[in-house]
Amino acid sequence: MPDATGLELLAQELRDEDADSVLDTLYFREKGQLIISPAAIRATLARLRARGYTFLASVHGVDYYPEEPRLGVHYELIDMRRVDRLTVKLRVPTSDPVVDSVTPDWPTADHQEREVYDMFGVLFHGHPDLRRILMPEDYEGFPQRRDYPVGGEPILFTHNEGKSPGWFR
Amino acid sequence: MSEVGGGVSEYRQQEESITLSPLGEQIDDRPLADDYSQEVLTLNIGPHHPATHGVLRLLVSLQGEVVQDVKPIIGYVHTGIEKTCEDKAYWKVIPCVERMDYLAYFFNAMAYCGAVETLLEVEVPKRAQYLRVIHLELNRIMSHLVWLGTSALDLGAISMVWYCFRDRETILDLFEYSTGQRMHTRYIQIGGVIEDIPTGFAEKLAEFVAQMPSHADQYADLLRKNEIVLQRLRGTCPLDEETLLGLGVTGPLLRAAGNPWDLRKAAPYSSYEDFQFKIPVGTHGDNYDRFAVRLAEIYESVKIIGQALEGLPEGPHITTDRKVALPPRHELATSMEALIHHFKLVTEGFRVPPGEVYHPIEGPRGEYGCFVRSDGSAKPARVHMRDPSFVNLQATRPAVRGAYIADLIATLAMLDPVLGGIDR
Repeated sequence: MPDATGLELLAQELRDEDADSVLDTLYFREKGQLIISPAAIRATLARLRARGYTFLASVHGVDYYPEEPRLGVHYELIDMRRVDRLTVKLRVPTSDPVVDSVTPDWPTADHQEREVYDMFGVLFHGHPDLRRILMPEDYEGFPQRRDYPVGGEPILFTHNEGKSPGWFR
Repeated sequence: MSEVGGGVSEYRQQEESITLSPLGEQIDDRPLADDYSQEVLTLNIGPHHPATHGVLRLLVSLQGEVVQDVKPIIGYVHTGIEKTCEDKAYWKVIPCVERMDYLAYFFNAMAYCGAVETLLEVEVPKRAQYLRVIHLELNRIMSHLVWLGTSALDLGAISMVWYCFRDRETILDLFEYSTGQRMHTRYIQIGGVIEDIPTGFAEKLAEFVAQMPSHADQYADLLRKNEIVLQRLRGTCPLDEETLLGLGVTGPLLRAAGNPWDLRKAAPYSSYEDFQFKIPVGTHGDNYDRFAVRLAEIYESVKIIGQALEGLPEGPHITTDRKVALPPRHELATSMEALIHHFKLVTEGFRVPPGEVYHPIEGPRGEYGCFVRSDGSAKPARVHMRDPSFVNLQATRPAVRGAYIADLIATLAMLDPVLGGIDR
């Protein structure tokens, strides 16, 4: 994104198509960011794709604890022709952490959305195979959340092996 | 003699027709017969298997020798590095992120330090940028050598691994010379590099730059004209540019399919715009192109190192901003301010203005993007590494569907995943 004006123009174009899609814009350290409403993610990314942002580089999660809505999902887009990057961000509350999956349109999001689900508990509606990816399948809790303590995993010793349920099964 | 030759070429033609036919389409439509030859066998490869290049588990559905489906199962070396980083001061995060992709430690550190520098708006001195480039490119060659050796091993060329590790050892010795460590060097720091290069390093490096191309020539001659290697690589498991872009694949894999996307050229960082180098691209996107692109990248990296060494500017090796970088050791004995700065940096670290930055760089496997969120304190609120191995692994399934299981091993080698980076 060359400047803040270009970002505003882009945001206005997106607002013309769907008035509720773009909530806010931010131009930070020479890079444009769009903060959008979670419901509009698939449509917005499709519109940005039509404007040249054809490569989805990264999907990652953030926990904004103690702010609300707490959980954020970020999408890093690249326009390879104009060599331009754009970040699309959205926020969902922990009480209803549901976002539409973009995997049907962008196959690269498959593993990355699974990681966000695994670490933060964001549910991606329409994901073909939403399972844990890095943590064990029977793991409880979402370890990257800010209120999940470091060392929250009990270490298995002889004296507590009876109390750690399920490890021997 | 001619009869024998004719027989061989006929056999080769048959072989090629088998390898190159679009098996993928045929298999899905083929009805499953009752006899055993058509039975689907589920085979578990890994997690402990030398051909998976780490603790990767592949659940493969086989029909005879043909791969119908493959599911990569990961997470066996997940150690929660990103979580650990949230509990460390900014400069103590560097050793943590270096341990993600353990063959690209300079790149992990560079991506992270770049992100924090962007947040801090710190200027990195020119000499530090050049020193970073020298070490990044040495690291790229080192990573490619490990890839070349182990991949050739998977294809049955056992001697390659020793040749490649010989040169890798030279590079690790250079790392030890300049940084004190062979791996996970903690050399790249926020604002520059930890130390200037020692006396004699430049000569040793120049020696390496002079000899590496001829060694790479030898490896190329050993493999490029080897009939077995060619049979195993040429035309196997190609992926076109469109599919790769959809899968988010970057780095040599994407360039093998003809897309010259390289962040060193597209969005230069750390003075890459000062150097003359080319970006090798392939045409077919098959395993041979993946091999050839990486091999050619070794020569280009050597060229960059040579230029960086020749044009190495004078000046400080780390920013003079005392709020970010430690003062020189000798100042501590005479300067009260230096002592205070040292104490503050070592105990609390420095505070970073609030904000979120995603800093991408071009590593040996593609785009290493480090996302850092600061909440204004002395510890990052979130560190995330967009690791290319993690994203590129998704290309395994579309690449090998309908290929032979032997080609699966070759393709996995050519995808070059590093499980430390995948699982983090």
